[in-house]
Amino acid sequence: MSNINQDTDLVVDKEDGFDGINQQKNPEGFTANIKYLIVGVLFGIVFVKAEIVSWFRIQEMFRLDSFHMYGVIGSAVTVGLISVQIIKRFRLKTLDNEQVSIPDKTFNKGQIYGGLLFGVGWAITGACPGPLFAQIGSGYLAIVVTLLSAIAGTWTYGLLRPRLPH
Amino acid sequence: MEIIEIIRKPWPWYVAGPLIGLTVPVLLLLGNKSFGISSSLRHMCAAVIPANISFFRYNWKKEVWNLFFVAGITIGGFAATYWLANPDTIVISQATQTTLAGLGITDFGGLMPTDIFSVSNIFTLKGLIFFVLGGFLVGFGTRYAGGCTSGHAIMGLSNLQWPSLVATISFMAGGFACTHLLLPFLLQLVK
Repeated sequence: MSNINQDTDLVVDKEDGFDGINQQKNPEGFTANIKYLIVGVLFGIVFVKAEIVSWFRIQEMFRLDSFHMYGVIGSAVTVGLISVQIIKRFRLKTLDNEQVSIPDKTFNKGQIYGGLLFGVGWAITGACPGPLFAQIGSGYLAIVVTLLSAIAGTWTYGLLRPRLPH
Repeated sequence: MEIIEIIRKPWPWYVAGPLIGLTVPVLLLLGNKSFGISSSLRHMCAAVIPANISFFRYNWKKEVWNLFFVAGITIGGFAATYWLANPDTIVISQATQTTLAGLGITDFGGLMPTDIFSVSNIFTLKGLIFFVLGGFLVGFGTRYAGGCTSGHAIMGLSNLQWPSLVATISFMAGGFACTHLLLPFLLQLVK
């Protein structure tokens, strides 16, 4: 699946590593997007209440001192997996009556190199990108610096991308 | 016990995990959106500082839902902390506490140790390592890997994508290596 930029006709193909892609054909306005804000609010509450945003929980995970994070990720994947199978089996439609489509991931070496680098950052900051936002909301304002640096890291990747092994 | 008191207590993994897993079908059915969070960082770059880099020249407005989603996560973090806060102190495994105490951490009272994650540390070596370097690796690494814990570990594995399994194993390998080899050194450096 590719996205065509109407202004420049540039094609963003899946090798660019889009996660969280929007496959809906109908454009959505501001009010339609509010529903994703609400899902985000609920998601953020779960993040904080299950203490997934805690640096200590991430430390426990990498020190194999607690089952909590493994339980969270494991049960999340199990529920996600069953849901996706149900959606595919029964060909469920979206609210806009479109066929649900999930693009396949294409392998490239970035998943290894980038994955290792992210892992190191995860252990240092105690946060993946989602918890960064929840930590800021929780009042850990210093994490604004971490978020800005993460944006800078993403930008730097975009800059260096043609020269990095994939 | 009142329901609000139950909600205020920390949620066990078997409540939180399935709720997070449900985000996958909810986003798909609401509007054909694949779950993934790190791409929000890319959209911010594309929206604010594309600098004519081809990686940031795409129709980010089509993906604006992702920015609404992370704005929601921030609000949710606020709501959970200020209205649904756990009245008790966080319970951290004794083994982790002992190890971290040996590495110089003294505050075990909140979600994050104030020894490191406080605003007063921003312009110090601690800030440089734990905010600037750590954040940079998170942003650079997730984009290089094409996703983070949500996009690969949860969405990708839910859809049985083997590249996502490779990415997830790499995340964990990097995290284990950093925790056991690099972090003791870094914490010693800022002690």
